[in-house]
Amino acid sequence: MDLISTLFSDYTLRTVALGTALLGLVSGALGSFAVLRRQSLIGDAISHAALPGIGLAFLITGSKFPLILMVGAALTGWMATAAVMTITTNSRIKYDSALGLALSVFFGLGLVILTFIQKLPNAQQAGLDAFLFGQAASLIVSDVVTMAGLGSLVLLMVLLLWKEFKLLAFDPEFARTLFLPVRALDLVLTTLLVIAIVIGLQTVGVVLMSAMIVAPAAAARQWTNRLGIMVLLSMSIGAVAGVSGALMSTGALSLPTGPTIVLCATLIVVISMMVAPARGLLWRKLRRWARHRQLRQEAVLLDLFALASQHEDLFHPHNEAVIAIMHSRQASVRKPLRALAERGWVISDGLALWSLTQGGVEECQRLMREMSA
Amino acid sequence: MAHAVEVQDLTVAYRDKPVLWDVDLQVPSGVLTAIVGPNGAGKTTLIKAILGLIKPAAGQVLLFGKPYNRHTSHVGYVPQRGSVDWDFPTNVLDVTLMGLYGRLGWVRRAGRVERDIAMQALRQVGMHTFANRQISQLSGGQQQRVFLARALVQDADVYFMDEPLQGVDATTELTVIGLLRELRSSGKTVIAVHHDLQTVTSYFDEVMLLNVRRIASGPVGDVFTEDNLRLTYGGRVAFVQAPQ
Repeated sequence: MDLISTLFSDYTLRTVALGTALLGLVSGALGSFAVLRRQSLIGDAISHAALPGIGLAFLITGSKFPLILMVGAALTGWMATAAVMTITTNSRIKYDSALGLALSVFFGLGLVILTFIQKLPNAQQAGLDAFLFGQAASLIVSDVVTMAGLGSLVLLMVLLLWKEFKLLAFDPEFARTLFLPVRALDLVLTTLLVIAIVIGLQTVGVVLMSAMIVAPAAAARQWTNRLGIMVLLSMSIGAVAGVSGALMSTGALSLPTGPTIVLCATLIVVISMMVAPARGLLWRKLRRWARHRQLRQEAVLLDLFALASQHEDLFHPHNEAVIAIMHSRQASVRKPLRALAERGWVISDGLALWSLTQGGVEECQRLMREMSA
Repeated sequence: MAHAVEVQDLTVAYRDKPVLWDVDLQVPSGVLTAIVGPNGAGKTTLIKAILGLIKPAAGQVLLFGKPYNRHTSHVGYVPQRGSVDWDFPTNVLDVTLMGLYGRLGWVRRAGRVERDIAMQALRQVGMHTFANRQISQLSGGQQQRVFLARALVQDADVYFMDEPLQGVDATTELTVIGLLRELRSSGKTVIAVHHDLQTVTSYFDEVMLLNVRRIASGPVGDVFTEDNLRLTYGGRVAFVQAPQ
């Protein structure tokens, strides 16, 4: 409560929260497409490759104006993806190797340039190294305005090209038989991804920005089977992770912003993987357990039926121990027998003798019909 | 009258290895044509090259006597089922609507008219009751029928289908064959990659035997002979059925 009231009164904090929310919204939207196109790793290459661009933009212009640094970052980030495409189409080097190659070469170059800048006799350069791990506290209003402008542009494009991007992600070859300009669409979508990443670099840093592309989308996918909902959810998760991470990092502990945001996003991913209905591990476990229990009950019921079939009378009672021996797993059969009694398919003499009921016999016949079908 | 599909001297190579070598093909309009050949014979490549999805090293493709481009004619395409990720977050109706995206134009979304067209196509393949079904919950045969519905809404003159009967259940096979015959009777041309040699003569009018080169093509009765099959499959084929 306290935090929320400060959020609305504290000017710096409000700026930081707005900025991180924006970056979360944009990276969440574009991340959905990257994840569905199985291009999660391209985000990593783009963000690492943005570092030399930031350095070069500063060296050339001498300015730390956000838009200038972003343009530099976008250019080298984009060059890295172009390099990956060129390598994979013109050589036998596989996609993942090409990605790794581009990432490390561009990042290495970025570190060299950054070190060079720091040795310059100029007080201006201070703060550029914040781009490595990000620093939400350094966000000022003009940064947020730039982020908002670029972000709305990106989201507007996604909205306008929605069905084309969807088809591009699902079945690009089919899109070409409809004469959609698949190559151009791919180019546009990649460029939007580059912009989404560049928007977040100052806050999250080049090293961990790719997590903001992958994590919200991966978490959102767990909850829904509809693309529209997935994108909206991914945007919200990105915003929540961004704001909470940034607030935590600017608090008393003054943690590095990028890692804190990424940890928040990861927490949401883990929770989603556990508890999301249908896809969540927890529900899947529960369903499997319920199914297992049912199978066990059916097996016990059929065993009792097999035993009873040895007698003239199908309702002939049998001892629990005998049924347990029949039962292949030799575990206790009391629990399944009790469950069966609750459904009215078997009846107990109150001690250890169990016999089928009329309903139980019918159920056995139904099960056997089902099995032979 | 010009052939529905005419392929001239088509050569496709991956790196240095030719996948299709100097292939010619003429498919008359209004017939069902099977492309038959062993694995790696270039069947899928032929379809993709005709559709411009793969750039050929040489040769050209004419549809109804004209080079194939966006203005000349519409094609319908049924890719191999395994070519997409069926875990994609979308449903049956939405996939079917994708066949209309080209016609819809930029920015516009599918409306009621498009929905009606898509539902009609789903009805034709017996999938209308599954319209809202998540695509990850479909059986192989149902996936195939959704792809067919998506091709139907393309409202094409020529349909290219890559193994529409691969691994489908008996119900789907009947639906697909019924649909192919319907298409033929409304004057459409269908070219399908087909694996099952047993059914070539009963399902198709024309056949092309392919193994990197064209071995033979024409009416099933003339072309689907034991000798030609030996040539196509390299003499190892256990012959299955005498042509009528």
